[in-house]
Amino acid sequence: MKIGIPRALLFYEYSPLWIAFFSNLGAEVVLSEQTNKRVLHQGTQTTVDDACIPVKLYHGHVLNLKDKVDYIFVPRIMGVSKGDFICPKFCGIPEMIKNSLTDIPKMINTTIDFTKTDKHFNDTIIEIGKYITKDENKILSSYDSALSEFNLYKDKLKQGQLPTDTNNINIFESNNRKIMLMGHPYNIYDNFINMNVIKKLRDDQYDVITPEMIDDNITSEYALQYDGKIFWNFARKLIGSCLYEVEKKQIDGMIYICSFGCGIDSIVSEIVERRIRKANIPFMLITIDEHSGEAGFNTRLEAFTDMIKWRHNLENNLSTHG
Amino acid sequence: MKITFPHMGNTYITIKAILEELDIDVVCPPKCSKKTMELGTKYSPEFVCMPFKLNIGNYIEGIEKGADTIFMLTGCGPCRFGIFSSLQKEIMLDLGYKIDFITSDRFSNIEGLKEFYNLLNKASGKKGVFKILNTLKKGLKLLDEVDELNDLMNKVRPREIKKGEVDHLAIEFENEIITVQGFKASFALIDEYNQKLKSIEIDKDKDVIKIGIVGEIYTLIENYLNLNVEKKLGNMGVESHRSTTTSKFVRDTLDFIPLIRSDKKQVYKAASPYLATPVGGHGIHTIGNTLLYKEQGYDGIIHILPFTCMPEIVARSILPTIEREKDIPILTLVIDEMTGEGGYETRIEAFVDLLNKRREVKDYGKAISWN
Repeated sequence: MKIGIPRALLFYEYSPLWIAFFSNLGAEVVLSEQTNKRVLHQGTQTTVDDACIPVKLYHGHVLNLKDKVDYIFVPRIMGVSKGDFICPKFCGIPEMIKNSLTDIPKMINTTIDFTKTDKHFNDTIIEIGKYITKDENKILSSYDSALSEFNLYKDKLKQGQLPTDTNNINIFESNNRKIMLMGHPYNIYDNFINMNVIKKLRDDQYDVITPEMIDDNITSEYALQYDGKIFWNFARKLIGSCLYEVEKKQIDGMIYICSFGCGIDSIVSEIVERRIRKANIPFMLITIDEHSGEAGFNTRLEAFTDMIKWRHNLENNLSTHG
Repeated sequence: MKITFPHMGNTYITIKAILEELDIDVVCPPKCSKKTMELGTKYSPEFVCMPFKLNIGNYIEGIEKGADTIFMLTGCGPCRFGIFSSLQKEIMLDLGYKIDFITSDRFSNIEGLKEFYNLLNKASGKKGVFKILNTLKKGLKLLDEVDELNDLMNKVRPREIKKGEVDHLAIEFENEIITVQGFKASFALIDEYNQKLKSIEIDKDKDVIKIGIVGEIYTLIENYLNLNVEKKLGNMGVESHRSTTTSKFVRDTLDFIPLIRSDKKQVYKAASPYLATPVGGHGIHTIGNTLLYKEQGYDGIIHILPFTCMPEIVARSILPTIEREKDIPILTLVIDEMTGEGGYETRIEAFVDLLNKRREVKDYGKAISWN
């Protein structure tokens, strides 16, 4: 049996877990292609126009799997831990797909909802696994081994490796200047939509830090410092990382990548910007959408990195004549 | 302590009356206007939804009128409303206003209610359980009556013989309600205008087009933001009904208390074939109410949402399927600070024309007024 996983949204957060789980169960996992112009175009054409770009890409990736698989894994994610919420579009993504796309393979739409209790955790796992096998013990053991694999992967992230990296690198030992790349995982790791920002920064001798490199427990703890209840999973991670970096002062600049019209980013980027500016750390907000003009993007990135260099070399002694 | 609060349609009437009844100094901010929007847009994040921006405008205008404390609801859920208050507080403090910000979790559970009670008790100088509960109960009734008055206006407006009578009364009512204080006077005034509305001469047999308005609650009930959609429709000879009101919203959140009833279950059930779970905000209500309006024989649906509203985007991607399968025309209007009234009106007019033609085809087999 072939299970398709769209390479979009939470794929960038959980892909090793999902891939290992389905493989352990004996299914063949088919991933959609890396994001490309065609995927973007198809997604933009089919999705309701005021959706954000990641949701449009998700539609494109689902279409990319059409005719290739028996089932597409499109879980309805309501929240992954107690008291947590997630963007409403994740809660409604199965319906969005169903109503916008036609002739697509059957979907695995299991609801993943641990916002009130996680008592039914095993039931949720079994419900997903049942599409492939009836053997409940096998499903649970497959999940357990997938989970331990996933934990190893997460440890690697904490050492400074990015999900998109194939070789081992440890940035915390290097002396390069460090730029923190903030944003949702599906914006900062999808190299097509963010115009290869990570490679560009690395080519310019900067190390890239992302929120995924900071332990979840640390970010949750720091997020508590923020006055007000942060109930979105993503927001807690981002605000927590921001407050952590403000205190540790180990970064030389921050680039926030947000997608046009993102509801969560509209709030979080504002909170982060206010905090980072007060800490006197250079900050740049880059908004991405379906337009792909790379020149303007490069110009802004170069200006930002140049500015950081000047800041270190010249302090404030900049000539007003440029 | 002088409290101000953000506007949301007609809700100010009730909030003002409740606070006055409890002897709390209250400053009602000026009605939402272009100035409110400009102030709000200037100081708010770019991509945040319109309600947030208007809130900020209201605060600033309220402070200009002498308030030193802001009351705002908070909460928790997929919609970004829950995080409004903490960011708004940060913005206001960064702007240099020396204000207190009091928030209360929206009362969806016992703890939230207790917190709200403690807040009122403290602010009112220890008025006690009985007085406060009684005030809140009356407040709920006032909320209902204000919404009923609005419903009545929507019913009378398309049928009035002398055009403009309802609009005239509506303006008069708004000017007077802001001057009266407390429950007794508010109820009396609503009663008076109820009578006045009922005595307007109407064409009883007029066969009017009926449109249900669904969408995000704030946009639906804040007439400044939706550019008076009900008034516009009424003057085109269309009876409109808005699906979500403050009184329904309060009932929805309070319905864990045995005596309070809401139509939440009915709406969720109606929506279930198309949307299985709530997606925050009023996403599921949009779907459910659209289907309920169809059952009740409405001619069309207008769906209104502020730009970037997350739950409504989910609803919006489902509505075309409903439109096709249930054969009910749906017009979606997305609103932000750049919305121009002219284009907006043209779309509504075109939609109403289309509904008129559909009615004719249904009644006579063809469109007779085609030109």
